Amino acid sequence: MTTAITRDDVAHLARLARIAMTDDELDHLAQQLDVILGAVARVQEVAAADIPPTSHSLDLSNVYRPDELVPSLGAEAALDAAPAAEDGRFRVPRILDEEA
Amino acid sequence: MNPLLTATATELAAKIAAREVSAVEVAQAHLDRIAEVDEKVHAFLHVDTEGALAQARRVDSGEFTGPLAGVPLALKDVIVTKGVPTTAGSRILEGWVPPYDATIVERMRAAGIVVLGKTNMDEFAMGSSTEHSAYGPSRNPWDLTRTPGGSGGGSSAAVASYQAPIGIGTDTGGSIRQPAAVTGTVGAKPTYGGVSRYGLIAFSSSLDQAGPCARTVLDAALLHEIIGGHDPRDSTSIDAVVPPVVAAARQADVTGMRVGVVTQFKGDGYQPGVLARFDEAVAMLEKLGATVEEVSCPHFDYALPAYYLIAPSEASSNLARYDAMRYGLRVGDDGERSAEEVMAATRDAGFGAEVKRRIILGTYALSAGYYDAYYGQAQKVRTLIGRDFASAFERVDVLVSPTTPTTAFTLGERVDDPMAMYLADLCTIPSNLYGGPALSLPCGLSDDGLPVGLQIMAPVQADERMYRVAAAVEAALGSDKLLARAPQL
Repeated sequence: MTTAITRDDVAHLARLARIAMTDDELDHLAQQLDVILGAVARVQEVAAADIPPTSHSLDLSNVYRPDELVPSLGAEAALDAAPAAEDGRFRVPRILDEEA
Repeated sequence: MNPLLTATATELAAKIAAREVSAVEVAQAHLDRIAEVDEKVHAFLHVDTEGALAQARRVDSGEFTGPLAGVPLALKDVIVTKGVPTTAGSRILEGWVPPYDATIVERMRAAGIVVLGKTNMDEFAMGSSTEHSAYGPSRNPWDLTRTPGGSGGGSSAAVASYQAPIGIGTDTGGSIRQPAAVTGTVGAKPTYGGVSRYGLIAFSSSLDQAGPCARTVLDAALLHEIIGGHDPRDSTSIDAVVPPVVAAARQADVTGMRVGVVTQFKGDGYQPGVLARFDEAVAMLEKLGATVEEVSCPHFDYALPAYYLIAPSEASSNLARYDAMRYGLRVGDDGERSAEEVMAATRDAGFGAEVKRRIILGTYALSAGYYDAYYGQAQKVRTLIGRDFASAFERVDVLVSPTTPTTAFTLGERVDDPMAMYLADLCTIPSNLYGGPALSLPCGLSDDGLPVGLQIMAPVQADERMYRVAAAVEAALGSDKLLARAPQL
């Protein structure tokens, strides 16, 4: 299964991924993704229905550690690299629309 | 050249321990070398002169002992360092100074290793040439018009140009082994989970693994042993002792070992000189007392496409953290734009073309309607590759192949052709998908005069086997003498 990927598809994916791409970027990427998807679609030639998927090479699940208090980073160090901070908190742009 | 620069890490540590030379002198010699040649190579993004000399003074005061105490190291800039800038080769982390150290950095400091600085890499370790670094490419010391491989081209180029005897790389699809192969150095990817990922900036969490770069197999093993072992801060860290890699590197004997040659990794697309050196290395293994047989791993042909679905899928999720809110770049925050608009503008400005390409590819592969056909299928291929390894290791102790199909390619040659770039990792990807260890060491020069790498792949948690084989090949072929044939910078 390969589906030609359109410029609109890429624009939709870019919105989902929160990347504000220019029109030129979208055009260029649509062409490249078509080539790449054509190549990676080869995985569909082999894997059969009775093969279980592998997400991870280690046979691990639910790794626990003791529930003990340990020192953490601290607010000052955590805020040190913030693009903007105010009153000991991260300062961020508005998250709601004006009319909301 | 100053003999302190050409010495191995093992030799330097012995001289420092015997007080024949001070750790400060050794560090200074390497800092001087960086000042002299790195304008040409561009291996380093940040040189930590003060930090290196301070650590060297602590070694000289007797605070640390151990097999690599006082030895300088080049650290890939994807490993976080407290108080030292860390960018992962990305504009989005320009100027970021992490508030904590990676576990492997803590372990290296405690072992008296002197970190000289942070090395160049493809952005977020996505690439095979360092050309996707936001800070410009590194160059191959063998030929400055060629790439040193990637993503860890900076660490390998630093080691190959005597700017550091050892380095740290990270390997998601070959980013330690492929640069090692094309720069004539040694690089090892440990078993997944063998080295802590705490403080390794995530690209593809089920594949990423840090490991050693060096000029000799023994030096790589010594560094492997220091950084390896269980870390409760990484829940995918294996709770077991480090395989006896140093003892194996010293043993260097392949008598009675069974070596499998992967039939899938030869033929069309492989440079004749690469195949010739590979065949000679295999013949040498037989001469040294190993038995050699061909082993077919049919699903290795599908490793590359599976990887280019799994890794971008995981990356699209991992890189969501660069949201312009808590650290890193923020652009367009004019008081009018919403958080979402600022986020999207920042990610457009802060990520390079390859990172965007992979995020979009991963977003697509994980989308409703495409998940089963792409990401789901790739995970099934991953199972089949694991089965290929399992059945191979019933017959042989290690598998071997060329590390890369060709020698170092020229800057600009593949940068706008993603599929051509991806082919550089053809032979290295299967071990990442399987989780087993794999190592590359030099096995001679191709017809073009450039280094060729021999890859040795071992079963999960049997890292010692690849060191044992590699050390035997190194001694027989004089692989550790190869770099002396590189042109003077």
